[in-house]
Amino acid sequence: MTSKVLLELRGVSKRFGGLTVIDRLDLVVNEGEVVSVIGPNGAGKTTVFNLVTGVYPPDAGDLLLDGQSIAGLAPHRISTLGVARTFQTLRLFLNMTVKENVMAAAYGHTRANVFQSILRTPAARREERAIQALAEEKLAFFGQRLMGYRWDQPAYSLSYANRRRLEIARATAAKPRILLLDEPAAGMNPVETHEMSELIARLRDEGGYTILVIEHDMHVVEGISDRVVALDHGIKIAEGSFEQVATDGRVVEAYLGLRTAETK
Amino acid sequence: MEPRPPESTRIGVDEWVASAAGRTSGHAGAFGLLRRLVDRVPDPARLAIFVAAAALVPVLTSDQYVLRVGFDTLIFALLAIGLNVVVGLAGLLDLGYVAFFGFGAYAYAILSSDHYGLHWPAEASVPVIVVATAIVGLLLGLSSWRLLGDYLAIVTLFFLQAFVVITTNGNDVSFLGFGGSTDLTGGPNGIPGLDPFTIFGLEIDSERGYFYLALVAASIVTAILYLAVRSRTGRAWQAVREDPLAAQLMGMPVNRLKLLAFAFGAGIAGLTGSIQSALSAGVFPDNYDVPLLITVYAMLILGGVGSLSGAILGAIVVNVSLEVLRDANQARWLFLFAILITLVAKVRPWPKLVAVLGGLVGFGYAMHAIVAATWPAGTKGEPAGGDAIGRAIQSWLIHPSHSALEIGNYAFVILLLAVLGLTLVRGVWRTVALVPTIYLAAFVWENRLIATVEAQAATRFLVLGALLIVLMAARPQGLLGSSRVEIV
Repeated sequence: MTSKVLLELRGVSKRFGGLTVIDRLDLVVNEGEVVSVIGPNGAGKTTVFNLVTGVYPPDAGDLLLDGQSIAGLAPHRISTLGVARTFQTLRLFLNMTVKENVMAAAYGHTRANVFQSILRTPAARREERAIQALAEEKLAFFGQRLMGYRWDQPAYSLSYANRRRLEIARATAAKPRILLLDEPAAGMNPVETHEMSELIARLRDEGGYTILVIEHDMHVVEGISDRVVALDHGIKIAEGSFEQVATDGRVVEAYLGLRTAETK
Repeated sequence: MEPRPPESTRIGVDEWVASAAGRTSGHAGAFGLLRRLVDRVPDPARLAIFVAAAALVPVLTSDQYVLRVGFDTLIFALLAIGLNVVVGLAGLLDLGYVAFFGFGAYAYAILSSDHYGLHWPAEASVPVIVVATAIVGLLLGLSSWRLLGDYLAIVTLFFLQAFVVITTNGNDVSFLGFGGSTDLTGGPNGIPGLDPFTIFGLEIDSERGYFYLALVAASIVTAILYLAVRSRTGRAWQAVREDPLAAQLMGMPVNRLKLLAFAFGAGIAGLTGSIQSALSAGVFPDNYDVPLLITVYAMLILGGVGSLSGAILGAIVVNVSLEVLRDANQARWLFLFAILITLVAKVRPWPKLVAVLGGLVGFGYAMHAIVAATWPAGTKGEPAGGDAIGRAIQSWLIHPSHSALEIGNYAFVILLLAVLGLTLVRGVWRTVALVPTIYLAAFVWENRLIATVEAQAATRFLVLGALLIVLMAARPQGLLGSSRVEIV
């Protein structure tokens, strides 16, 4: 896996008051890779996502997307440059329909302004048709789960697992180059979790997305990851293949405590 | 695979979806019927039907009063759909909204009256007013970048109050002491003597003309908003309402979209203000204050926040109700009709309904006979308005010829306690207690609420308030709104 670097974090730090949440973190994601970020609760995994998507600017260091710095840019600018994400606690547009949720995410790469839309100019009509087709295509990626009558149902009517799928569909409709998935299998039963692992593999192989994923379920991490990065207290403590990271003494210590690590 | 579903649902289909058909058909009663009827009509046809029906009003009647009420209703409808852009679509609680209405009205007054001797025709002044109001809206919208929810509400309410204070005291303004003082707004006396609305040489000089003007404006604005909602921008507005952070992370420039929503709402209010002030032929600061704001909000909430047709329906229901309640005879009809409808809808099974209605008639005549025998003056009162139904009710209801207002006041307090008591008792006692409570309500209605002209003026709003409470309790999402989920 020595292809082109798509996302790079160089010495990124983030402090909240006196608490250093991310401390001089270096992270590289290559094009076409699935990289998993693991670590105990409070390790700073979601903060990494928030830094990459621009929710917070970093206090130090730089973030590069395809060689271009995105540090300090507004979130919607970063999104249009090719970063899309899902959320650990789902953040769907609950009172919009399933299809509208996905169509809304096409905003960043469409152009028609409100006056063109009101006048229904040919360009605006063409674009609207393209957005429809895009949304249908993205929803079709999930088989029958988000198809047919579900298009016109409000998002709040979906089951939990389908909401997670819809969030991924919405993220892909933003036409990202890198997809950030925050605990995609959280709260799912074993069958759904397995399905999610397969889905992530399909997103990489068929969808061509580069994926950075936070996940707690080690079976999922083992199944999907090209590389694994372990964080603890905002510091990268291990990086490499799943095998290397899972057997790393410091990772075991971070998860299970010092005494357990000693007795191993 | 999901946990084994219950027998009634098919595998792979959420229970919610499986029961969707049942739920929509399950809407019982008048609201459900109304809802299903409205749902069946496609949207453009709905607008066409509304416009055609409204356009017939001036054909069927030349009553100036009816046309004026129709005009006012259309003005309210315009205000409600404009407010819907900011509150219903973008989810921004804007309490300064009617200031834009006032701004449009004052702008028309300044551009088309003897005040400064300017007499711009509408085709010149209206575009300027709409753009200027939209820009003011944009400036107020800047506060929504940092402030959300209640905080935004307070700041925008402050803006409305500032507008009222400035227009009230704007008869002696100077620019930082330079250039002498000028009378900008006419102060508390406002600006009278506005030009009639003149567009491309066509002067609108009748109530009928203004009705059609407002109808054309309302139709155009409705069509514009209909198209705007179903577009990239409309979806983005709703996304901002649902979850601003998620919207921004999905590539939507949240702040710019908020400003656009504010500018849209303000522009519509400005247009409405210019039309309304042209018919009123004068602008006064008091007309653009909190009472109007509350009325417009009541219309929007009653009709269903977020629904275009709901906002229009809300404006019609509220404004027409208020007008109907002006006249004692019409108000009495409305009162009796409302009680009858409620009883028919809520008291089941039908033998119970018959018992209540029969009991009500019997109880009334019995009370009337007892009072007539013991205190003859107690049944000699004259009905307000005094049409056939008003006189007919006199042989049933106690109506003292003197001290009616004082007795009515006490009865009002007792009525409130009785209604409270009614909510506490259960079963057959509730049915039994219902009869004297309704009779008491009718007594208070006749002897207090519509007994005098002053009382009637207050009763209009009292009844409107009660109507709102009952409707919102029965249908929190409004008449045509769809139920919202805040947290799941």
